[in-house]
Amino acid sequence: MSRIEGRFRATLGEFSLDADFSVPSRGVTALFGQSGSGKTTLLRLIAGLARAPGRLVVDGEVWQDKSVFVPTHRRALGYVFQEASLFPHLSVRANLEYGWKRVPPAERTIQWDEVVDWLELAPLIALRPHQLSGGQRQRVAIGRALLSCPRLLLMDEPMAALDTGARADILPYLERLHHALELPLLYVSHALDEVARLADHLLLIEAGRLVYQGSLTEGLTRLDLPLAHRDIAATIIDAIVIAHDRALQLTHVTRGPVALELPGLHGSPGAPLRVRVAARDVSLTLSMPQQTSILNLLPARVIELADDAPGQVLVRLALDDTVLLARITRKSALLLGLQPGTPVVAQVKSVAVA
Amino acid sequence: MSLTEADTSAILLTLKLAAITTALLMLIATPLAWWLTHTHARLRAAVTALVSLPLVLPPTVLGFYLLVLLGPQGAVGHWMQQLGLSTLPFTFAGLVVGSVVFSLPFAVQPIANAFAAIGTRPLEVAATLRASPWDRFASVAIPLARPGFTTAAVLAFAHTVGEFGVVLMLGGNIPGQTRVLSVAIYDHVEALEYADAHLLSAGLVAFSFLVLLMLGRYSGHWQRTPI
Repeated sequence: MSRIEGRFRATLGEFSLDADFSVPSRGVTALFGQSGSGKTTLLRLIAGLARAPGRLVVDGEVWQDKSVFVPTHRRALGYVFQEASLFPHLSVRANLEYGWKRVPPAERTIQWDEVVDWLELAPLIALRPHQLSGGQRQRVAIGRALLSCPRLLLMDEPMAALDTGARADILPYLERLHHALELPLLYVSHALDEVARLADHLLLIEAGRLVYQGSLTEGLTRLDLPLAHRDIAATIIDAIVIAHDRALQLTHVTRGPVALELPGLHGSPGAPLRVRVAARDVSLTLSMPQQTSILNLLPARVIELADDAPGQVLVRLALDDTVLLARITRKSALLLGLQPGTPVVAQVKSVAVA
Repeated sequence: MSLTEADTSAILLTLKLAAITTALLMLIATPLAWWLTHTHARLRAAVTALVSLPLVLPPTVLGFYLLVLLGPQGAVGHWMQQLGLSTLPFTFAGLVVGSVVFSLPFAVQPIANAFAAIGTRPLEVAATLRASPWDRFASVAIPLARPGFTTAAVLAFAHTVGEFGVVLMLGGNIPGQTRVLSVAIYDHVEALEYADAHLLSAGLVAFSFLVLLMLGRYSGHWQRTPI
């Protein structure tokens, strides 16, 4: 399987970056970290907008090495900046055409109409950038990047400059692109909810160092990583919609032997649905409880425990290959005698669509 | 009362000088302004000061050194003679050289300011959209810096029309060749022909006022909003 592989070592003033990564060149890879952790720097290095000693190979094509540095305009990439940065002297159409016209027709891997449809750009095309809302501008910027027919799409917190409403507008478009395109997307973010919704893979960066690279689910739940210890720590489960209970307004989803019910009617039967289970919404018992208000009771096995906030422990559970996190008190863990391997029943109080 | 033939010739010569100077300045100032905006070279501060010198130096000093440099004994003049060319002082070409040097800061600064105002982001965006450096310069930097170019051209033109000291030192007073408007006015005053001096001077005042008025309107009209 083709991959994007890179290694950069750089010291810029007091900041030092040391990143050695390899991500599959399909799906969405989230580059996640605090502000100032070096996410944007790494993305700029990949784009060739910044330079540091290192090596970068995209699908077997060397973009940077000891003696090679392919300039940005010769790298088949698309880049969406935090601010839409549309060219103010050009119409929306001319903005969209900017990269498109610079790709020889024989090398165009994407259709103009496809992009315009996906992003619903038709009503905007005759306008000038200053006539658009923030969310519309960012949509045009995404379209403009796609139309340059990239082999790798880079996005630097494309929603950070938008208000909550505009973010909610953009997310579905990004999800649609995710499903419709083979194109690998490297997505910089410091918003865990965006990452939980969009990403397949995770690069976790802390103070210029990559502390994790791998699947999103594992990155979110590994107890030696910081994400599991956040207040909003959660697991995501890529499930399939099985059925809807219209009378009780419930959606049934499954992933392997794991069956969950969540309130509200979501998706259509057979469709994939990513759900999220917060660690604080999972409690544990040793035997199957009778007559409880909790719908989702899952027999599982403890994998490991780790100290969390004072008086609390995080428990990582597995049900087949699905992982759950439970945040319980240290006292409960002691009373239940939890140890790696202990069979438990996870009571999931709430499941939400990611 | 009407213009004498000599005055008409001085006006036309002035306009010709200003037009040629402006055209040359656009060609020289654009790459210079680009370099000043984007270089990290140590030379930058020195070059900026050098370009700005004509703002503070008396035009006579500038004219004097150009005369020395371009004259038969000067470095440039000597070299030109060796190439079989005639020397520049007291010719129209000499005036053009003097005017270009004299008005250089008026062309470079507005363009450099405009380039600086664009910042690096639009150029980075263009690079990610497969535009080569020249392509980015032509398709993004130049159109976005258009107000700067307009200001630079108008200022360079108007400043050349109004120059006197450099012309007098370098060009002398040859009708049809180097006798420009400001020199003609000086001559009229020397000869106590106040009516003729008034006519030309008032014309110059009106012209300069209109130029500045238009410039103000234009720059007010162009308001860039961050996109």
